Amino acid sequence: MKLGVIVFPGSNCDRDVAMVVRDLLNQPTRMVWHEESDLSDLDVIIIPGGFSYGDYLRCGAIARFSPALQATVRHAQQGKLVLGICNGFQVLTEAGLLPGALMRNRDLHFVCDRISLKVERTDLPWTQEYQKGQIITLPIAHGEGCYYADANTLASLEDNGQVLFRYCDTFGVATATANPNGSLNNIAGICNRQGNVLGMMPHPERASDPMLGNTDGRNLFEGVVLGLAAIGAKA
Amino acid sequence: MTQTYQARIYVTLRPSVLDPAGTAVQSGLKHLGYDNVERVRIGKYVELTLTADDEAAAKQQLDRMCDQLLANPVIENYQFELLETAGAKNV
Repeated sequence: MKLGVIVFPGSNCDRDVAMVVRDLLNQPTRMVWHEESDLSDLDVIIIPGGFSYGDYLRCGAIARFSPALQATVRHAQQGKLVLGICNGFQVLTEAGLLPGALMRNRDLHFVCDRISLKVERTDLPWTQEYQKGQIITLPIAHGEGCYYADANTLASLEDNGQVLFRYCDTFGVATATANPNGSLNNIAGICNRQGNVLGMMPHPERASDPMLGNTDGRNLFEGVVLGLAAIGAKA
Repeated sequence: MTQTYQARIYVTLRPSVLDPAGTAVQSGLKHLGYDNVERVRIGKYVELTLTADDEAAAKQQLDRMCDQLLANPVIENYQFELLETAGAKNV
């Protein structure tokens, strides 16, 4: 198991992610410069938060054309794991690896907060270490996190169980007031149809080290390390 | 022979997509007394200069540029105008 963290000019959560998987979970991890085109040594690719290429034009729009991202598309097509966090989620939608788009927050403000999320599904590597319906708290920090997709796309996401994380209140109810950015259906994180590509606006890497007072995000990385094999073993 | 063209590209949000910034600007205009403003939608304007064999070729290229990068078809529409730059004919 080897993980890679893509570093674009303007990425700023890359070392936080590496700190979690390399230093807390002791997994072989390397930083991937955006100009690299051969990522065949990696089992998991993580696209971190930040402002790739200054987020010019639209968030994630330019990052999509980098050699590292082209390689990530090939990696995903082979069924291997790809995780995009925050700006990484925006990049994945721009690249077409995930449906929909992330738009300016409903209230136009950059939101930096801790929010409640409901874990909707646990039969994928990403969430296998959580309980179905578990309510967790993770930090968010974004100005463009309002998830949008047309009605048909939204319906198919729900029908196929592709929503893994949903903004909710402390009782697990997806209310409008618990929705920090106006995302349709309170969507905080979705996967592709196959389940090997996950994009999410909240930052699990900022909630993995006990020293930071919250470890609700750590199970996600532990699930990734257990990988696909563990799912089969449990079933 | 190639021609030089100037393109004016307008990228706008699709009608079905909410535009909170447009709504905020509309309320600002209302505060200034412009009660007659019914709707504000904010988009992007891109100017670029390109060379192409003819107008059809330039338009075809611009369509591809917009689809691939300048607009996100999930949330945005685009349209453009093409102007032949005067006196810029070259071999």
